[in-house]
Amino acid sequence: MITIAGAGLAGLASAYELAKRGVPVRIFEAADQIGSASAARYAGGMLAPWCEAESADEAVISLGKTAAQWWAQITKVTRRGTLVVAPPRDSNELRRFADRTVQHKQCDGSKIAVLEPSLAGRFSCGLHFDQEAHLNPRRALADLARAVQALGVEITLGRPAPARVDLNCTGIKAGLTELRPVRGEMAILRAPDLQLTRTIRLLHPRFPLYVVPHGDNHYMVGATMIESNATRPPTLRSLSELFAAAYTLHPGFAEAAVIETGAGLRPAFPDNLPRLTWEGGTLYFNGLYRHGFLLAPAYAAQAATQLISETAHAHLC
Amino acid sequence: MQLYDQTVDSRLLLGTAQYPSPDILTRAIGESGTEVITVSLRRETAGGSGTRFWDILRSQNKRILPNTAGCHTAQEAITTAKMARDLFETNWIKLEVIGNADTLQPDVFGTVEAATALCADGFDVFPYTTDDLIVAEKLVDAGCRVLMPWGAPIGSGQGIRHPDALRAMRAHFPDITLIVDAGIGRPSDASKAMELGMDGVLLNTAVAKAGDPIAMAHAMSLAIQAGRISYQAGAMEPRDMAVPSTPILGLAELV
Repeated sequence: MITIAGAGLAGLASAYELAKRGVPVRIFEAADQIGSASAARYAGGMLAPWCEAESADEAVISLGKTAAQWWAQITKVTRRGTLVVAPPRDSNELRRFADRTVQHKQCDGSKIAVLEPSLAGRFSCGLHFDQEAHLNPRRALADLARAVQALGVEITLGRPAPARVDLNCTGIKAGLTELRPVRGEMAILRAPDLQLTRTIRLLHPRFPLYVVPHGDNHYMVGATMIESNATRPPTLRSLSELFAAAYTLHPGFAEAAVIETGAGLRPAFPDNLPRLTWEGGTLYFNGLYRHGFLLAPAYAAQAATQLISETAHAHLC
Repeated sequence: MQLYDQTVDSRLLLGTAQYPSPDILTRAIGESGTEVITVSLRRETAGGSGTRFWDILRSQNKRILPNTAGCHTAQEAITTAKMARDLFETNWIKLEVIGNADTLQPDVFGTVEAATALCADGFDVFPYTTDDLIVAEKLVDAGCRVLMPWGAPIGSGQGIRHPDALRAMRAHFPDITLIVDAGIGRPSDASKAMELGMDGVLLNTAVAKAGDPIAMAHAMSLAIQAGRISYQAGAMEPRDMAVPSTPILGLAELV
């Protein structure tokens, strides 16, 4: 029996990989509900390794490019790619983005109108990353919890984990050396006036934005990246910047209903890549940063392999 | 280079925002050879009680120059400066009072007002200002011994837009430490600033947003050194006419 602390993205994905390999698993989650205290709650749900590599280590591509396939076994994944656009004044940003990324196709205004009719006439050039995908993060987390339970994993809610567990996936609460919080602020909007079908990134030197369609006219707009441990609600400045950028993307957002705003802390290591580290007989899986849905599958598989070989080793001794 | 009562060897001051990761930031700091790093207070706190990111900056063993980036009034900047003094245990403050949200031009009136109050309160003020001589004079009157004129708007990467204004500033303030802050896009811009006689250069985006920030930090460091040596060596003045670099007297007569 493998015990896991934390039923967030890292804990559930690891449980799934372990259970698939026939290992009995029990997860302890301090919160009363799946995902209610998880950083994944505030995620966009982008499976966009090629876009992310613009500012992240190349490893996000090799580790993240099969994530969409992995998630498709568990939840609804929309595989329509990412469209990256910039206002005419900031077309240099688009050039810079194109220089630093691969796997994209240049689009002119008419191609953009075909891809996203809602954006027709608004942008004259863009980049289409057609291999990328997105999902609805909260639905995905709930579906993942159901999938692991179907595999026989026991999830205990509302109870902190015992002092010693095999796998610790408690995010920023793990208090690991070098782990730091990166605050993110986001909003969920309901905008019936527009029909965006894929993730849109709006490049801007100061207020970059992404919009992820979560279905039923709901859009997640995000997200700020602030080196802070503050857990208070989003600031007016952050929200006005996000909303102004959303309005620049499409004036239809002006009439959108603000369904929710929120702020979460992403756990990150200094290289902004996740880590699996052993400490006192416990494996720590942490540091998913802004790449939770993208990198959790690959690291969960590695965590399962390590735990299985460690357990086998322990039985031999 | 003299920064109030401190002497530093490196003439590059490096900002710490917008890097792809803290790892790349710390390696860029190392590669740049800088002795002074700036840190933004206002935005990064968001009401929190200090951050792990600051611990990373503190562990670099560089002098920390906190800034008041994002402040739009003198009062806001003064409050932020006092907070910075407590947090980083330094009297140094890079004073930014922004006058326009789009162009991020300094509000020179607010800057002079805040500089006056902060100097009187014992701060060593590094004011971000334009290249206007009269504003610079008021800042020196307020007690500033370092001035930080812009090369171009913050983050624009346009380089030195008005070289003559900076040259005039050098002539007008021979004993004040002049550091070009804002607008540097590439190493040749930094060299140019140094060739105009500036004492140093402060930059951030040009390194942080480069394809390889670590290599760019190195390039900036070399460019600043080259520009400084060039200024001291006394560069030739441009001429309208071509002048052969090889003397033509004494050529062999091949008859």
